[in-house]
Amino acid sequence: MKITVTVNGRRYTDEVAPDLMLLDYLRGKGCLSVKRGCETSNCGLCTVHLDGKPILSCSVLAVRADGHVVTTLEGLQQEAAEFGAFLADEGGEQCGFCSPGFVMNVLAMERELQNPTEEEILEYLAGNLCRCTGYQSQMRAIQQYLARKKEVE
Amino acid sequence: MAYVNTRVRKKDAMALVTGKPVYTGDLVPQNALVVKLLRSPHANALVQEIDTSLAQKVPGVCCILTYQDAPQSRFTTAGQTYPEPSPYDRLILDRHLRCVGDPVAIVAAETQAAAQKALKLVKVKYQVLEPLLDFTKAKDHPILVHPEENFRSLCDVGTDPKRNLCSTELFEMGDVEEALSHCDVTVERTFHTKANNQAMMETFRTFTYLDEYGRLTVVSSTQVPFHCRRILSNALEIPKSQIRVIKPRIGGGFGAKQSVVSEIFPALVTMKTGRAAYIAYTRQESMTNGSPRHEMQMTVRVGADRDGNIQVIDLYALSNAGAYGDHGPTTIGLVGHKALSLYGKLQAARFNSEVVYTNTMGAGAYRGYGATQGIFAVEAAVNELAAKLGMDPCAIRERNMVCQGQTMPTYYGEPNNSCALDRCMARAKEMMDWEHKYPRRVLENGHIRSVGVAMAMQGSGISGVDIGSVEIRLNDDGFYTLLLGCTDMGTGCDTILAQMAADCLDCDLDQIAVRGVDTDQSPYDTGSYASSTTYVTGMAVVKACEKLREKILETGATLLNLPKEAVEFDGKRVFQPGIDRQVSLSEIGYASYEGHSRCLSASESHSSPVSPPPFMVGMAEIDLDPDTGKVQMVDYVAAVDCGTVINQNLARVQTEGGIVQGIGMCLFEDIQYSPQGRMCNDSFLQYKIPSRMDVGKIRVAFESSYEPTGPFGAKSIGELVINTPCPAILNAIYNATGLFFDTLPVRPQDIALGLLEKQG
Repeated sequence: MKITVTVNGRRYTDEVAPDLMLLDYLRGKGCLSVKRGCETSNCGLCTVHLDGKPILSCSVLAVRADGHVVTTLEGLQQEAAEFGAFLADEGGEQCGFCSPGFVMNVLAMERELQNPTEEEILEYLAGNLCRCTGYQSQMRAIQQYLARKKEVE
Repeated sequence: MAYVNTRVRKKDAMALVTGKPVYTGDLVPQNALVVKLLRSPHANALVQEIDTSLAQKVPGVCCILTYQDAPQSRFTTAGQTYPEPSPYDRLILDRHLRCVGDPVAIVAAETQAAAQKALKLVKVKYQVLEPLLDFTKAKDHPILVHPEENFRSLCDVGTDPKRNLCSTELFEMGDVEEALSHCDVTVERTFHTKANNQAMMETFRTFTYLDEYGRLTVVSSTQVPFHCRRILSNALEIPKSQIRVIKPRIGGGFGAKQSVVSEIFPALVTMKTGRAAYIAYTRQESMTNGSPRHEMQMTVRVGADRDGNIQVIDLYALSNAGAYGDHGPTTIGLVGHKALSLYGKLQAARFNSEVVYTNTMGAGAYRGYGATQGIFAVEAAVNELAAKLGMDPCAIRERNMVCQGQTMPTYYGEPNNSCALDRCMARAKEMMDWEHKYPRRVLENGHIRSVGVAMAMQGSGISGVDIGSVEIRLNDDGFYTLLLGCTDMGTGCDTILAQMAADCLDCDLDQIAVRGVDTDQSPYDTGSYASSTTYVTGMAVVKACEKLREKILETGATLLNLPKEAVEFDGKRVFQPGIDRQVSLSEIGYASYEGHSRCLSASESHSSPVSPPPFMVGMAEIDLDPDTGKVQMVDYVAAVDCGTVINQNLARVQTEGGIVQGIGMCLFEDIQYSPQGRMCNDSFLQYKIPSRMDVGKIRVAFESSYEPTGPFGAKSIGELVINTPCPAILNAIYNATGLFFDTLPVRPQDIALGLLEKQG
């Protein structure tokens, strides 16, 4: 099937198999930040933005992205580095394998929620699993990042 | 000290948080064959016939390998120092399949689709045998898991495959029965801990190729590159000189990758075809055929006088190795030695253990490595003893805990030179506000808030076995290269070892370029496991830096035409104190690169005759709903003595992460098998690891002792921190409900039904 997708600002037209998952399509395009952690849509590692909204690219067909805009962490390097610095300062990346999906969802949350409470943050990110950190350092990083953002505003 | 004991950002942190392609799967050569495994549907079976002719015809299939194509030397996949205590009980492909998922055939194809299609077309006729699944019945069972004649055990660990025994051990101090008979109060209970998956986010994965010299190059997500080289040499029957192992960034290990799980399959394909080959385990494969924690059944008998002085502990542990004995004989040792040694006044102690083979997934190394299971059982029994004595569970520990300065007869007779367990207890009580919160209070909504406590210890490396080695070089312009053989798997050891080096050499952290691991280039290191890296490899860093400082002084003195004794080195220059004569490190670096017979480099190894235990106290506060039995974590307090904290951030995050894994083990995680021996809950949908909604607050404090044999006074941190949640949460559940549980995980239905039963 022929699809036209904008990935990180660049338009691609490709012939793809109907069962190709968006995750594999994106990795094929060199977006190697997109990781697969499970086969059951449980871990959040493959989170990317489809038209600005976070989705799990492991459970979205590439053909569903036809005519849409996909953003991966490769396309949000500045934002990733900005929030990532807070994460790094807390040691909250550890192995880092879940970081890209987690950062993508944090950036989506930042756009979607105004002044989120701790409870709202936990709920928004509940689908992003991490086996290393125990999540505490991630929460500290998010709260410091949001506070800094607010200060700057 | 500029860097040690501070919150330094990990050197690779920004690359990781911005999603740079640094993991095995991101580096695969484009033409690599996709490797897939045909796995056994049966827990115990023999391959009678295997027909690959149809599968071979699938376009894009390059090769299909069966047991007839694989070498026939048995080996172990356990990453341990040679000679490995784990028996040589495995083949790459065996006609005898010993657990569901054992590999039957290796398929390599140009594409994933072709490989998967071919898998379905391999025709296998199995002789299905009755499986042995119940590990409590495995010893002397008529079904033998390893009847083969070429089974080998390199070490005397009490192995007897004709009795399904992987290993046995008996340790006894004093007369246990006599001591128990004199106790005023005794408790006896049998505990059951389950197999748990490490569930690291990056599943097992490896790619292999032949390099320009025709040598097998293995790029793998492994904790043990040097052991991997030896294991592949054993498995493939090729010389070690023909193998190079490279470790890129690792997406978590927790011990899972201390076994060579995925490496052997693409390696065999590359050796057979000359082509690059890549395997990435699916999450399901990682779940069903990884290297999980050993399931154990432990009977504890503990006795005290009426004042609460614990006199004796008797511990019997039965461990399920599963189909293969990886880490079986060694994990079991920690069950006893790390649990009994928490108590310093024992008149008598006994640890008796048996590790048995069954037709379930072969187990392996998981953070805590047996100590987690043993400490759970002993700490839970001590909590029951305290209840029987009417004592506060903290008070019984304050009375009996091991102290600094003691010799630990149950811990290989090692001295306890650094121990702040008493301060950890005081700090944890203060942080938790134990005096007010113990034992429980009932909230308006009927929920019960309660607290529970446990202590833990671990080791720091394997005494007299593990080796850490580093090489440090001074480069032109005066920066350093630190070559490491230990494996940073997200833990941050590349950074903390650089912190130590920077402090030893009085330089900026950015002046230390770190590189590891490539077995062709890195100095030999046993790898990152057994909580060894900070303590063992850290000491190698200190020694190497001392040696390099001497060389810098010598070269500087030569350049200044002064005797070495007349000059000093402050990290930036070699100079004569009081007189304006100096030569900069940059100049020394350049000079060492010009017309000298020696570059300035130092290489040192370190092995420790002791394994100083880090200690901690963990306290859990839970919210228990008596109607549903649901336990919600509210607060967890950890007071940790890991000696000097090298990196405050990373030690804290290690602690938080370990506690959450322990919470998972206590409340959720349980590898379950069907009656036929198939793992039922083989996905994240069914095998629940804690999400951020499940863990509550975790607060960590460090109460440091100073370990004289460790680098900068440091001990280990990585494994210790998983050990307290199971017993502490169980204690909180008891304090809420009056119910003692002995089987993990404790599920809401167990609590709800227990309460109903109690109410009659």
